[in-house]
Order: sequence, then structure tokens, then C-alpha cells
Amino acid sequence: MKIEFDPFFLFFLTPLEARLRTIAAKFEIGHTQYLDPDGKPTGPLPRFAQDPATLVGMYRWMVQVRVFDTKAIALQRTGQLGTYASCLGHEAAHVGIGAAMAREDAFFPMYREYGVQFQRGVHMHEVLLFWGGDERGNCFKDAPAHDFPWCVPIATQFHHATGAATAFKYRKQKRCAVTVIGDGGTSQGDFYESLNCAGAWKLPVVFVVCNNKWAISVPLAAQTACETLAQKAIGGGIYGEQVDGNDIIAMRDAMDRALKRSRKGEGATLIEAMTYRLSDHTTADDARRYRDAAEVEDHKAKEPLIRIRKYLETLGAWDAKQEQAWLAECAARVDAEVAIYKSAGKPPVESMFDHMFANLPEKLARQRDACLELASHADDGHGGAH
Amino acid sequence: MAKVALVEAITMALAHEMAHDDSVVVLGEDVGKNGGVFRATVGLQERFGTERVVDTPLAEALIAGVAIGMAAMGLKPVAEIQFSGFIYPCVDEIINHAGRLRNRTRGRISVPMVLRAPSGGGIHAPEHHSESNEALFAHMPGIRVVMPSSPARAYGLLLAAIRDPDPVVFLEPTRLYRLTKQEVADDGQALPLDTCFVLREGTDCTLVTWGAMVVESMAAAERLAKDGVSVEVIDLATVSPIDEQTVLESVEKTGRCVIVQEAPITGGVGSEVAALIAEKALYSLEAPIVRVAGWDTPMPLFKLEHDYMPSTDRVVAGIRSALEG
Repeated sequence: MKIEFDPFFLFFLTPLEARLRTIAAKFEIGHTQYLDPDGKPTGPLPRFAQDPATLVGMYRWMVQVRVFDTKAIALQRTGQLGTYASCLGHEAAHVGIGAAMAREDAFFPMYREYGVQFQRGVHMHEVLLFWGGDERGNCFKDAPAHDFPWCVPIATQFHHATGAATAFKYRKQKRCAVTVIGDGGTSQGDFYESLNCAGAWKLPVVFVVCNNKWAISVPLAAQTACETLAQKAIGGGIYGEQVDGNDIIAMRDAMDRALKRSRKGEGATLIEAMTYRLSDHTTADDARRYRDAAEVEDHKAKEPLIRIRKYLETLGAWDAKQEQAWLAECAARVDAEVAIYKSAGKPPVESMFDHMFANLPEKLARQRDACLELASHADDGHGGAH
Repeated sequence: MAKVALVEAITMALAHEMAHDDSVVVLGEDVGKNGGVFRATVGLQERFGTERVVDTPLAEALIAGVAIGMAAMGLKPVAEIQFSGFIYPCVDEIINHAGRLRNRTRGRISVPMVLRAPSGGGIHAPEHHSESNEALFAHMPGIRVVMPSSPARAYGLLLAAIRDPDPVVFLEPTRLYRLTKQEVADDGQALPLDTCFVLREGTDCTLVTWGAMVVESMAAAERLAKDGVSVEVIDLATVSPIDEQTVLESVEKTGRCVIVQEAPITGGVGSEVAALIAEKALYSLEAPIVRVAGWDTPMPLFKLEHDYMPSTDRVVAGIRSALEG
């Protein structure tokens, strides 16, 4: 028996809300990758990447960061550094950000973006001083004086970047604010507040989420039900995209485009850099407690240095000899910076007070005197009393 | 010279500083066309434009954090928090960043911002609109806390707060916004941020207070004067850091001290004043210090707010107790 449905009859079978519903908004999130994990181009490369010298320059920074990171962990393990946050696996994301930024732009880090900061003039010994318990690490003697120091309270840096971008826009400057957060940080209210404000005010700010899949021990799936973190840009009314954060070319390209948009007055961007935290969260963490070794091994094959090196070797722009020479130079640079760090000693005790206010209130001046007096009698074995 | 209410003196100070310094930018919820819910920014957007008088999205942590970013890049933001109970989301930004950026960067980055907020009760406002939270900010290193108690002091202290190179939390007693008018010259003269104000000289007892409690304190002093009791009333005004010298000299003179605050008694600014006197003027005291304060309860809804806030009667009783003690 053949059953035929009258179209008119079908209309009444459709639920009422479906019949009345139209689409109010639609969105899609792009993903960009130029080099696959084996270093093979997935398509035509952006213009900057057609110059091997540019790529070699960025690769050198990535190696430099890796050598530094390895040394910093060794220093911590041997009792010569406090808790340290490694950037292992994030080198492409960080170097890509730093390479795209101009000196007059302002950077608002979280706490592991050394690859951005070294390019902006932050010294390796300053990073070590910070993790070695010394505020002088925040002085940034040769980096832009307006760059913010490390920001440990998660997501608060987004507000500072939004405020800086507000100032740049107010002053009609072609400057941009750039800030970084992790995947866990996207769960903070501050994250949304800033995206939303940057959208409403069309601010020159680039928000980068380094999605390394782990917020200490909490995996991404426990942070969000979203398919991507980039789509959170939609909620703020700004442009969002996802890139392969282990692909330095994709990362640099996305940053270039985001900064260009901002400088043209076209507003903010959220970039989700897909990467992986190959290290523990910090040296105080032991990721073996919560993470499969197999997962880490799988990501080691996709890490950012391998693919760009392979690609440069294919081009004939890099070889084993250059690699060895550069590794040796990086190690020598790191050693020299470690020597500066180790010779820094303890900061003067009065430095606790001297920068509390532009004009030190009387009460603090008395506390400063008392602290100095105590320090002058102290034999605390740290060698810095005076 | 114009006679203005406290809230109008705030507007006058903002307008004066905006006219003389293009780095001053006002931001907050409803500060633009609406002129602020208490009308403290009325007319400013019309005069200075939407780029300098900015309506923010409804997010207090954002307001504080954005002000920090603006200040660090060379502007002088004056941010308004709409009601006193809404200031708490700002605490993270104020304590973790505004108060410590200069210190932790060893002077490289400073935060010349002002966070303005209404303070205290007594105007039959809804829940969470009548809080006294100055002690919270006074406890934070690197933050100045200022509470004006007259139109002239509001004008001069706000100018000083805006010009100060460090963050200032500026708490405005809502009960005083329109209580009285006073002649205030719009002469751009700032008041010092490290000196309190002796509102009434006296010899028998020192009364230290600040904010809206200046009203009950002055009324109590007036009432006792009729009985021949001479009370010296000090408006602390710059709640943090405290002008210790003026307070101590007064206590050394009178030998007695009553501290009046609207905020809950425990851990308040009054506790700090009491500790200061105990440490540095104990032997001048002829009687125990008396604190007259709000109870250690939440600020009640408005039917009971006058049972919560110290009344003139309570202040008078406090002074009598100090005199008898």
C-alpha cells in the first residue's frame, strides 16, 4: 500500500516553533595551517614566508627559547631557581606573536611567553630573576617600558590590554595591545568581559588563547563544551579564528592579519592557537599524575620546531651544521645570562618600600627605616644584608 | 562664588580637570548621557564628548581593569562604580594590580587612576547600595583611600586624587550628596592627600570620624557644647594613609578619644585609629578609647538602616562614656 502525504498535511506535522523559526545569526570558525607536522606545505604560503631569511630568523628564536627553557628547568631542579613555568611546545605560538608585533605595541603576558618577550628585549636573566624571587626581573631594562610584567591572576591581563587599547584609540595612535591566555583562562568572567568590551568599542587589541589542552590537571573537555575556543569571539562580537599554533607560519600570518585589522580601525581579534603543553604546568607540578604518557608522546611528533626545521632543510636554508652552530651559540648566550642572574644577589630591602608610591607616605618611610635597621643586624645567611 | 552640593562639587572638579588636562577620561556605567545615577557626571559628555566620558559595558571588574590599562599607557582615568555594593568585583584588579604595579616593576609602570564610588547608607536605597567598605581598601598596600565630607573638601580632594600619580579609591557618602550646599570656588586648588581636617576645636574629648558620620559627630559635639563639654571633631578624610600627627596631637591635648564610623566595627578603619592611639598616645589617655560604629551585620534593608547606622544619640552616649571612663 502506498502512503502519500499531502504537502499541506506535512506542514501541520511540523512542530509549530520550527515553522515560525528563522535564522537570527550564523557563524563559522576558520582553521589555518600552512605546514603539516612533517614540514610539508599544505598550500601556497603567505608572502612573508616566501623569504627563507625571515623563517630562519623565527626558527632561531624558537631554538633559543627551547635552549633557555631547558636550562631554566635544570636550574630549578638543582635548587638554583624557584618554581618555573615552562614554555615547552609553545615556541611557535609565542615567537609568531613576538615577530608580528611592533615595538610601540604593548604586550600583556600571562607567565610563559618568553618567546614573545625575548624578541621585545626582555633579557633571559630578567625571566630568571622573576622566577628566582626578585622583582628586578620585572624591570625590562631594554624592552618597551610600557610592556606589562607577568600576570599570574588568570585573565586579569585581558582587562589591562583592553584598557591599553582604549588609550591607543583615544590618542589616535596606530598601536595595538596584544595579550595571551591559556585554555583554562577562557572560563574566567574577565575573559568574556574584555572580549565584549573590545567588540563594543572596536578596540585595537589582539587576544591570543594558547590552547595547550591542559589547565594544570584539568583537560579542555572539562573547561568547555564548545567545539573551539575561537568561537567565543562570536559572543564578544569580534573576529575569531583558529590556527595551528605549532605552525610558526600560520601563527605569524594570523597575527599579521589581526594587527593589520586593528591598525586599520577594524577592531579586535581572538586567535586560538592550537598547541600542546609538553611540559608539566610548572616545575611544582607532576603531570604524570593525571595525563597519559601516550598522549604526550603523540604530541611530541607534532611539536613546533620539527616541522619548520624540516621545511627549511627542504629549501636548503638550514642544515645540520648550522643547527649545531646555532645550538652552541644559544647555549653560550644562556650561560652568560645565567651568570648575570646568579651574580644578582638579594635586592636591597628598601626596594620593598621605595616604589610603593611616587611620594612615600610617612608611615611607610618609618617602616622602611625599621626594616633597614633589622636588616643591618640580620645574619640571615643569604648574603644580602646590609 | 557658586553654592554647590557635594555631588555638584564632584562634577565641578571633574569638569575642571578635564578642561585642563586632556589625559583625564571619565568612564563607568551610565556616566554619559544619563550623567551617572547620582548625577555626578551630568553634562560632562555633552561638553567633552563620548570619547572622554565613556559608558562602559556593565562589568565592574572590567571597569577597574580597563582603567589600570589606560593609566599605565599615560591617561588619567576616573572610573565610576555605580553603587557601593558593586565594587567588590574590582577588588581583584585593585589589590593584585593597581596597588602593586609600581612596586613590582620597581617604578617602571604606574597607575594614576581614580576609582570613584558612592558609599554608605541613609538614603533608603535598595539592597547592596548602602555599604561602607573603606576598610577593605585601606588594608591594601599601594592604594590611597579618600572620603570627602563636604562640597569644598570633595572638590579639593578629588582634584588631588586625579593629579596624584598613584591609584586612589575615592568614596563619596551618598547621604551627603545633596544634604547641604556650600560656596566652592572653581579655582583648581587641590587639597593635600595626607592631612586630615579639624572641623571643630575642643579640649575635653577628641572625636575622629569620616564620611557621612561627620553629620552625627558634629551634631553630638554641638549638643554637648550646651552642657559645657568641648569636643574636638576630626574628619580623617584621607582614610589611608592616615594623618597620624593631627590625631595624636589632638588626643594628647584632650586625653580622650571617641571614634565614629558607619562601617561594621570589627577590623574597621576605627580599629586602626584605636591601635595607633594605643601604640603612640596611651599615656595621654585618661579613659579607654570608645568606638561607635555599625554592627557586625550586613547593612540591613532600609527599614532598619537607622538602627544600624550610629545615631547622634549613640555618638553623644559614646562621648559621655569616654568622659566618665
